[in-house]
Amino acid sequence: MKLAVAVVGAALLAAASNTGANREDEGWRAFTEVAAVLTHPRCLNCHVPGDSPLQGDEGRPHDMNVRRAADGRGTPAARCTNCHQTANSPAPHSPPGAPDWRLPPPSARMAWRGLTTEEICRSLKDPGRNGGRGLSQLVEHVSKDQIVNWGWDPGPGRGAPPLSHGEFVRRFVQWAESGAPCGLFQERR
Amino acid sequence: MAAIELTVNGERRTADLDPATPLLWVLRDEFGLTGTKFGCGIAQCGACTVRLDGDAVRSCVTPLSRAAGRRVTTIEGLSEGKRHAVQQAWLDEQVPQCGYCQPGQIMCAAVLLAHVPDPTDADIDDALAGNICRCGTYVRIRRAVHRAALLAKERR
Repeated sequence: MKLAVAVVGAALLAAASNTGANREDEGWRAFTEVAAVLTHPRCLNCHVPGDSPLQGDEGRPHDMNVRRAADGRGTPAARCTNCHQTANSPAPHSPPGAPDWRLPPPSARMAWRGLTTEEICRSLKDPGRNGGRGLSQLVEHVSKDQIVNWGWDPGPGRGAPPLSHGEFVRRFVQWAESGAPCGLFQERR
Repeated sequence: MAAIELTVNGERRTADLDPATPLLWVLRDEFGLTGTKFGCGIAQCGACTVRLDGDAVRSCVTPLSRAAGRRVTTIEGLSEGKRHAVQQAWLDEQVPQCGYCQPGQIMCAAVLLAHVPDPTDADIDDALAGNICRCGTYVRIRRAVHRAALLAKERR
């Protein structure tokens, strides 16, 4: 009898563990799709390692030698919002726009070019590198920040990221709710 | 459509226009302030630069609505009698050739000096990289900004 209870208990524990592992693995798979958005030019052009943003789908250096500066909003006479308005301009080839147009501040560059998906994942959820954000604040940024939303309405001549914004947020939330894993369960053992 | 109120060169003005109208057209066509120039119309050349509160905005892409309740300064309002340090330095260094881009250059330089009183060459290049001069007066522009910084220091 004791043996039977032990066997059943072990089986239940294993099943629970497998369920947890499956959930994490699904979360990780969701993140791999999230990463395809994070590494799209609409994100990477401002999430740069240096002090100058990029522009266009090819990620060429931004015109006018603009700089990130201390607050991510440009140098005194070359603020981002000197040209970028709160909405896209109707004129072809004019600067795109969204509320509070900016780069990340130098303390939280969140630059992902050249990183593996695992490295992107780890840097994204590291409060030491992401501006002190917890997972819920990251979800808030990707779902509600209007400059993120602009990525899906970038104006003429600019491509949108591979997922719709809604799908992107759903996968991001799935990843966060699964414990924000940065790899498959077995590979992380 | 409600009229939009703004302060231009210290004077309260009203513009009863589509809020999406570029500020440049309001300044030039409605208020007759033609010192600010149209260059490219897409914020690429800097000829239309004016000060909106403290910033050197490109008025060709700035909608009138953004200026509501705010202070706009054009080249005409930069100083009494063209005595701003940047204007004086521009004269001393004989900067302009054709002169078309110069109002934008001067407005941008004035904003730079308001924030960086003693700029380096790199500061000047960064600040004015978005102001294009077809005559290529860049060397004189840079010299004049340094001179303006000295003049402003002497006047303080």
